[in-house]
Amino acid sequence: MSADATQRAAQRATLVAAPGFAAFARRYWLWFAAFVAALLLPWLFFDWSTHRHSGFALTMLSEIGLMSVFALSFNMQMGQAGLLSFGHAILFGLGGYVAAHTLNAIKAGTMWLPVELVPLAGGLGGLVFGALFGYVATQQRATAFAMITMGLGELVAACALMFMAFFGGEGGISTDRVTGTSLLGVSYSSSWEVYCLVVVWTAIATMAMRLQTQTPLGRMANAARDNFERAQFVGYDPRMVRFYQFTLSGFFAGIGGGLYAIVYEIVTFDTVAASKSATALLATYIGGAGGFFGPLLGTIVVVLLQSGVSLLSNAWLLYVGVLFIVMVMYAPGGLVGIIAQHAPIARTGRLRELVVPYARILVPGVLSVFGFVLLIELASFTTIGVAQGKAFKIGFHAVDPATAFPWLLGAAALIGGGAWLRLEARGFRTRWDALIADAKAKGAML
Amino acid sequence: MSDVAISLRDVRKSFGRTEIIRGVDLDIPRGQRHAMIGPNGAGKTTLFNLISGRFPLTSGTIALNGRSIGGLAPHEINRLGLSRSFQITSIFPRLTVFENIRCGLLWARGYRYSFWHLLGGQRALNEETDMLIERLNLQGRRNVPAGLLSYAEQRALEVGITVAGGADIILLDEPTAGMSHSETEYAVALIRAVSEGKTLLVVEHDMSVVFGLADVITVLVYGEVIASDVPARIRGDKAVQEAYLGTEAA
Repeated sequence: MSADATQRAAQRATLVAAPGFAAFARRYWLWFAAFVAALLLPWLFFDWSTHRHSGFALTMLSEIGLMSVFALSFNMQMGQAGLLSFGHAILFGLGGYVAAHTLNAIKAGTMWLPVELVPLAGGLGGLVFGALFGYVATQQRATAFAMITMGLGELVAACALMFMAFFGGEGGISTDRVTGTSLLGVSYSSSWEVYCLVVVWTAIATMAMRLQTQTPLGRMANAARDNFERAQFVGYDPRMVRFYQFTLSGFFAGIGGGLYAIVYEIVTFDTVAASKSATALLATYIGGAGGFFGPLLGTIVVVLLQSGVSLLSNAWLLYVGVLFIVMVMYAPGGLVGIIAQHAPIARTGRLRELVVPYARILVPGVLSVFGFVLLIELASFTTIGVAQGKAFKIGFHAVDPATAFPWLLGAAALIGGGAWLRLEARGFRTRWDALIADAKAKGAML
Repeated sequence: MSDVAISLRDVRKSFGRTEIIRGVDLDIPRGQRHAMIGPNGAGKTTLFNLISGRFPLTSGTIALNGRSIGGLAPHEINRLGLSRSFQITSIFPRLTVFENIRCGLLWARGYRYSFWHLLGGQRALNEETDMLIERLNLQGRRNVPAGLLSYAEQRALEVGITVAGGADIILLDEPTAGMSHSETEYAVALIRAVSEGKTLLVVEHDMSVVFGLADVITVLVYGEVIASDVPARIRGDKAVQEAYLGTEAA
């Protein structure tokens, strides 16, 4: 048996070590595709008549980049180590402050550092504060850990308004990214140049966090999350596992904060506030804490709602909240979980059979969302919109929100759409169960 | 180093005002397969928890290979070369079988809290993991999350995690509980194989397992050792028959 085992192990080893560009490309093509897509995306919004990039699109895309780094670092604790933090933004914000002070020192000539490496300074800030706060918070796990991080979050937020020299009070710390110390001779005076820097750093940080999951520490973080007692009896101190994981997560959160300082050239007390921590939590849950890329997907959704929908509606935060609740209730695995559930069906090659059922729930789904949004917007209009002196429009038709018609339309769409959706959902369920049963029978579940 | 792997001197443990372990003295020589039996509530699992550092002692001393373990945390005791399994299956349910076994190996192979080694490239470590998986006969389930295994497979996996690091003292808490007859037979063969040349302390209710596996049997009743001897003499011991075998094996 042992000779047989050795032979098999040797075969596996050659398979793993299979050299060549093809294997490399097969493994990493998605990374390259995402990187190239990120760099091409702003050109969709490029104004060819004025030959200028859209500032709005670039800022939004930069925000997606730096917030994904932040959310992924949050998930190093949440998803991988099972540590729910309510104060993760303090590591992000403090990294941002450190980066802002670093930029100011470079500008003042008291230190020399290429602008390209300023996010790293933010990361080191996050690392140091991560070790400091981590030492306190990781004494505990589970609920006690969550409570300590919440306390630390409030503590730092209070400090931000007290210690003027470091935090700059309400006004924050302003900075200037045009320091003339670029390694590449780039001035970073345009949003496009800054965006490129954000994309590169987001890629580096994402890749590094991905690789970290495959290290002994990363694996033991999973193990201690699953069963901390068992982890003790294989020789690991779960507290040290939590501490190192927390500190490293602080490093990456700090990189996100450093990018924030460069993009916005100001770091205020918002960056350490509880609402910032909540954004990472929302993004992680909406995208899915179970898979590595969940927080990235979730960040895209949250930032689009934050930047895009907030232009159209005063109630955008309410939509984020509702989306969060719906995801936690119906899809606890997040967007990544939903995608993963389709994998067994895809393996049996019957994914096509879901197109019609999906289309059939899409129509009543859109109808009920329309009804819901209409009612929310009407309600928000009567309080805020009127004060802003706007007119209420459905499509291009101006409607008077003081009349019954739009309210009845909204209620009818919501109730009718909801009832219709329930009906269609039953049919969808039957079809879905049949396909899953088929996948099980064919052994395609795992 | 002494020839005694596990040495207990007047070990006592109380929970509140109830004394569960009432002055246990026991020496288990290196390389012995030692079984502990006794009726429910005799304190067998508590004694396990004391030896492995899960609970602190109330009084007395426990020494492993001549070194006192008073005040040491479980992970420190593990690093001294003691590894244990649990009565209620204790594995890493969301990790694959392969990851479970590899986690059992990491500390012993010196990886500590490293975040600079990529595990995919650690060929010797991965091969060692696969060898052990084949010994456990779990190679067909290598990439399955441990939480989805059958009960008997999970028990085998736990034995695997326990022995993976190469600890020379192994504590198994009811390793065959809840197994069918054929599963038990397989588990005993596995335990015999992986404990070769090591000190084994096992708590077990199944008498065929106990008498088939152990060199020496200790009988624990109400927190006290009433007999400790080779199986043949334990079988003939009057006090043991009265306290334990008489009621259950009748």
